[in-house]
Amino acid sequence: MSLLEVDKLSIRYGDAAAVNELSFVVEAGESVGLVGESGSGKTQTALAILGLLTGNATVTGRITLTGVEVVGANDETLDKLRARRAAMVFQDPLQALNPFVRVGGQLRRILIAHDIARGSDVDVRVIDMLRRVGLPDPERQFRAYPHQLSGGMRQRVMIAAALIAEPELLIADEPTTALDVTVQAQILELLEEIRDNTALLLITHDLGIVAGRCERMLVLEKGRLVEEGRTASVFSGAQHAHTRALIEAAPRLDRGAMLPPVSGEDVLDIKDATVSYDEPGHGQLIAVQGLSVAVRRGETVAIVGESGSGKSSLIRAALGLVPLAAGRVAFCGQVLGNTVQSRAVTVRRDLQLVFQDPVSSLNPQMNVQAIIAEQLLVHEAGLSSEDRHDQVAAMLGKVGLDDSYLDRYPHELSGGQAQRVAIARALIIKPKVLVCDEAVAALDGSVRKQILELLLRAQSESGLSILFIAHDLAVVRSISHRVLVMYMGRLVELADCASLFTHARHPYTKALLEAVPVPDPTAAGGYASLAGEVPSILTPPSGCAFHPRCPHAKEICTTTRPSVRELDGVTVACHFAEDI
Amino acid sequence: MSAVGRTWRRVRQNRVIVISGGLLTAVVFIAVIGPMVSPNDYLQTDFGNILQSPSFAGMHLFGTDDLGRDLFVRTLLGVQVTIIVALVASAVSLVIGVLYGAVAGFAGGRVDAIMMRFVDTLYALPFIFFVILLMVAFERNFFLIFVAIGAVNWLDMARIVRGQTLSLREREFVQAAQLTGVSFARIILRHIAPNLIGMVVVYVTLTIPQAILVESFLSFLGLGIQEPQTSLGALIDAGVNQMEGALWMLLIPATLLALILLCFNFIGDALRDVFDSRRSR
Repeated sequence: MSLLEVDKLSIRYGDAAAVNELSFVVEAGESVGLVGESGSGKTQTALAILGLLTGNATVTGRITLTGVEVVGANDETLDKLRARRAAMVFQDPLQALNPFVRVGGQLRRILIAHDIARGSDVDVRVIDMLRRVGLPDPERQFRAYPHQLSGGMRQRVMIAAALIAEPELLIADEPTTALDVTVQAQILELLEEIRDNTALLLITHDLGIVAGRCERMLVLEKGRLVEEGRTASVFSGAQHAHTRALIEAAPRLDRGAMLPPVSGEDVLDIKDATVSYDEPGHGQLIAVQGLSVAVRRGETVAIVGESGSGKSSLIRAALGLVPLAAGRVAFCGQVLGNTVQSRAVTVRRDLQLVFQDPVSSLNPQMNVQAIIAEQLLVHEAGLSSEDRHDQVAAMLGKVGLDDSYLDRYPHELSGGQAQRVAIARALIIKPKVLVCDEAVAALDGSVRKQILELLLRAQSESGLSILFIAHDLAVVRSISHRVLVMYMGRLVELADCASLFTHARHPYTKALLEAVPVPDPTAAGGYASLAGEVPSILTPPSGCAFHPRCPHAKEICTTTRPSVRELDGVTVACHFAEDI
Repeated sequence: MSAVGRTWRRVRQNRVIVISGGLLTAVVFIAVIGPMVSPNDYLQTDFGNILQSPSFAGMHLFGTDDLGRDLFVRTLLGVQVTIIVALVASAVSLVIGVLYGAVAGFAGGRVDAIMMRFVDTLYALPFIFFVILLMVAFERNFFLIFVAIGAVNWLDMARIVRGQTLSLREREFVQAAQLTGVSFARIILRHIAPNLIGMVVVYVTLTIPQAILVESFLSFLGLGIQEPQTSLGALIDAGVNQMEGALWMLLIPATLLALILLCFNFIGDALRDVFDSRRSR
């Protein structure tokens, strides 16, 4: 008997099938990856295994967990299975943890509910578990509330809660999707170390994670299992076209062409930019400090860094959505006003923005035609309504949507279609600079690839300059000419793509690159070479802000901030850049 | 399908709205037609027939009051007055509240602070005291009741609209419009207002029963509608005085009032479900 047997599982909501005749097994102690694009039924399957589906789902088929039938089981049976036999780690730990219960309490109640420990033994076991998941100072964190912890620490607490009752199966549903790449590597390493003989069902959209961490993998497409096998053999010889498409669409850090540097005049020039916010009770929060970067005509500059590095603040200041505390932004040699209201409409036309979440960036009460045409109403006021309609339809065609989309509303579009509309809205007035704030982060692999191709095409056709915020370095590698790496609001490294990805000059860049998982079981990647997480920006470390996490840190790094300097054509801020 | 069309379809599919709306329409229809077809008049006193119980004799379907006036006609007239007061008062609070709230929320900063502290100050005024002052200072009339009720209800509406506007202002599609240079007026008309409508419609449906209650309460206290005009509140007040001998004088207007209130409340709750975007899938 296998640990988990899923036999012809189907999950339906009314007429819509979320999962269709899915069958697979998980043996004791093995690690299995469950991959698929959004809507493929991964999470539904996981919820069904623990009997957590909502009442409006119709479940048929059989799920046998340690010999016990889950489908149709009563609450009492399920209560005995959950935590003891199988436990789950969710994507967003802040939502999965009760905000009113201290960290210790979250774990204690599991031990008490399942009568695993009693009396003073409970706290001892909880603190021991917190220590095992790498929570620093577990005696103190025991009394902390979830919101007082960072995202990575919260996910560690989730893992501790899942493992404290020593289940035989751990289901992790996109456990690292909400985390930075360096923290992701730490969490994945922790999962691997700590689970001992617990079987792992790892649900993810990221093939890189599966390649590095799972023995076997299952591929879902629209609720059906299309491929199953040992990870190495699936990657080397996928049978199903969908699997091959997934593997092909996964951006890779270790191969593929890179764009050569572009020479040309600076279109957008940010000089010594400082952005600060008033933080009541804490004084000034300096999100960006003294940062300079310029984007040339026809060039893509990517900005990368962990969350809290000031990427968003920098572009928001460039666009005038937040004022600069110091420094200036110039567009084609002309210094721009500090707020968007103070800028001429002609300048605003040339600086367009595409947001991360395409659906919320489109007005739900306007149809696609009205959304795109509004740009023409503002900037091409002389057009007749027929001309407007024709231009909108032509633009929509360029982003790969036909005329039937003109009178659709945003909620009738998929994420990828909505992002195409957002891009069409930005491009229809032929801007000189397009700012993309994580514009592809929320999209599935295949859709992301199409959107990136669309941007590259727009660039080659019209010499568009792109400022591209991303946390996915593999995406950055495939579309950008230069890369700006930020850490705690400062420039760490600014280099041509080729030089950055082959020879990073800063230890932080290097660590970021090492942390990216590679979708190939034979290649190396996804190391947690960086310990710890980004410190609070309110209390930045002395000297080089990176020194507490830096493997190369010496005495001087704790006292003196490295100056931003040029080294072989690379702009870098590190005392020991020559030695890296 | 357009946004309006979608909403309308969901409204029609909602059984609670259809049933409550139907009942309400029937009540209003009878209230309008009834006095026209009845042989009796709301002013006509008949001292030979005081406190008569409901009967077909002389078409006194709801009986007569202590002055011998026909209660069928008077009650239906009361329903008319009550609903008119409620609708007008709600409309007043809608117009003032939405404009005030949207301006405060969108302007933000100091303007917002001053406007909202003014609202807070009005909130602090004791309502009944305010109404009595109004009644003393001016003559009692219909118009004054609208003013009194509207003056209280728009405060809530302004707060709700302001809060909603504040969060809409931060939404990405509004930022996108601001970035590209869409004018202030167009942002409010095309981006803010359409996204406020759902919430405002729901709130207005919930304001109407509130206004009905306030009007009834004022009339019950003798501060509302002036005799010989009447409203459901005034009728209930009269009924309470005759409770021992003529219970129907209390029961009939009280039941009608409860029915109308329930219908409006049900519609408001159901509309909230219809407009709740989280349930729209």
